[in-house]
Amino acid sequence: MSALLRAEGIGKAYGRTPALVDADLTVRAGEVVAVMGPSGSGKSTLLHCLAGIVRPDTGTVTYDGRDLTTMSDAARSALRRGDFGFVFQFGQLVPELTCVENVALPLRLGGERRRAAERRAHEWLERLEAADAAGRRPGEVSGGQAQRVAVARALVTAPRVVFADEPTGALDSLNGERVMRLLGEAARDTGAAVVLVTHEPRVAAYSDREVVVRDGRIRDLMGAP
Amino acid sequence: MSIGHTLLGLLESGPRHGYDLKRAFDEKFGHDRPLHYGQVYATMSRLLRNGLVEVEGIEPGDGPERKRYAITEAGVTDVEGWLTRAEKPEPYLQSTLYTKIVLALLTGRSAAELLDTQRAEHLRLMRELTRRKRDGDLADQLICDHALFHLEADLRWLELTAARLGQLAEAVGGTAR
Repeated sequence: MSALLRAEGIGKAYGRTPALVDADLTVRAGEVVAVMGPSGSGKSTLLHCLAGIVRPDTGTVTYDGRDLTTMSDAARSALRRGDFGFVFQFGQLVPELTCVENVALPLRLGGERRRAAERRAHEWLERLEAADAAGRRPGEVSGGQAQRVAVARALVTAPRVVFADEPTGALDSLNGERVMRLLGEAARDTGAAVVLVTHEPRVAAYSDREVVVRDGRIRDLMGAP
Repeated sequence: MSIGHTLLGLLESGPRHGYDLKRAFDEKFGHDRPLHYGQVYATMSRLLRNGLVEVEGIEPGDGPERKRYAITEAGVTDVEGWLTRAEKPEPYLQSTLYTKIVLALLTGRSAAELLDTQRAEHLRLMRELTRRKRDGDLADQLICDHALFHLEADLRWLELTAARLGQLAEAVGGTAR
């Protein structure tokens, strides 16, 4: 399988503190890669660089042959809206909107009509076993349900890469596993790659392979290039 | 696992032949390690000798005679005692991994690499169990979860040890690599 996303020799420092040092990582289409490591090791910085949220100080990040590090902010934003999906630990849903409106939001921002967008949003909510939440606001649903809504929102635009930063961090074991099972299934069905940042081995076990970040350096435990 | 107590417990719902007992055991508990016939008959002989089961009847067959076992009052008391007694938590104080790490530090080998190799192996097994859990029934899920939680505890220890290799090297008089 060819590389969809590739980081080569990327480095990033915050002030004098290095967060990433000469980091290489390749993500292929359709694979789930877990990024593990202790708190403060550089996991989230790596994810932000790969997703074009943060520009690395050195090195390059290429997505589908395009260099994210030299791309304009507008082009990177367009890419994040269209090709990438995001799931974070919490605080990602708009509290004033219902869950179905939240899921439909990326489609609406992409110019899709309300009815069509909400129809697709409903389909994704069903798939994520969160259909009950459709008409409710995020504050009115459980944490597990809200996170499944967030996953539906990340997948509704059929992204080619889903970036998930501690997606189960705020959930109990059962809800966390449900989110991972559904995220994994949906990604497999749609062929999306998933970059999964987690410090929980049981969550990482849903991946195809994992890399460990320690002191800003990446170690690929499975020896993949 | 105490095979004797488990077989006794299975007999509480009614008398069974050795073969039926093996089948019930394998179906419920023998996911990875089915019982050998020899184990079943050796265990039943011991339970018989100790008065925990009795032979309720013998049926002739094509092969050896088929004994039908029933649990005795003493057997029921024994199962009851086993079920209500807490299992002794394993303290894991003699860890092979710890020994290997200290030896690596003492002999100038890379303890960090040793930890990473072990970590990869643990995660490989966790991935396999997660797949099995995903495709399995509730029994599979619970059995795999038990193993997964233990493996996760090991992994946390590996991570902690990796972060303390320098300190450990100093404490044992070795070199962290």
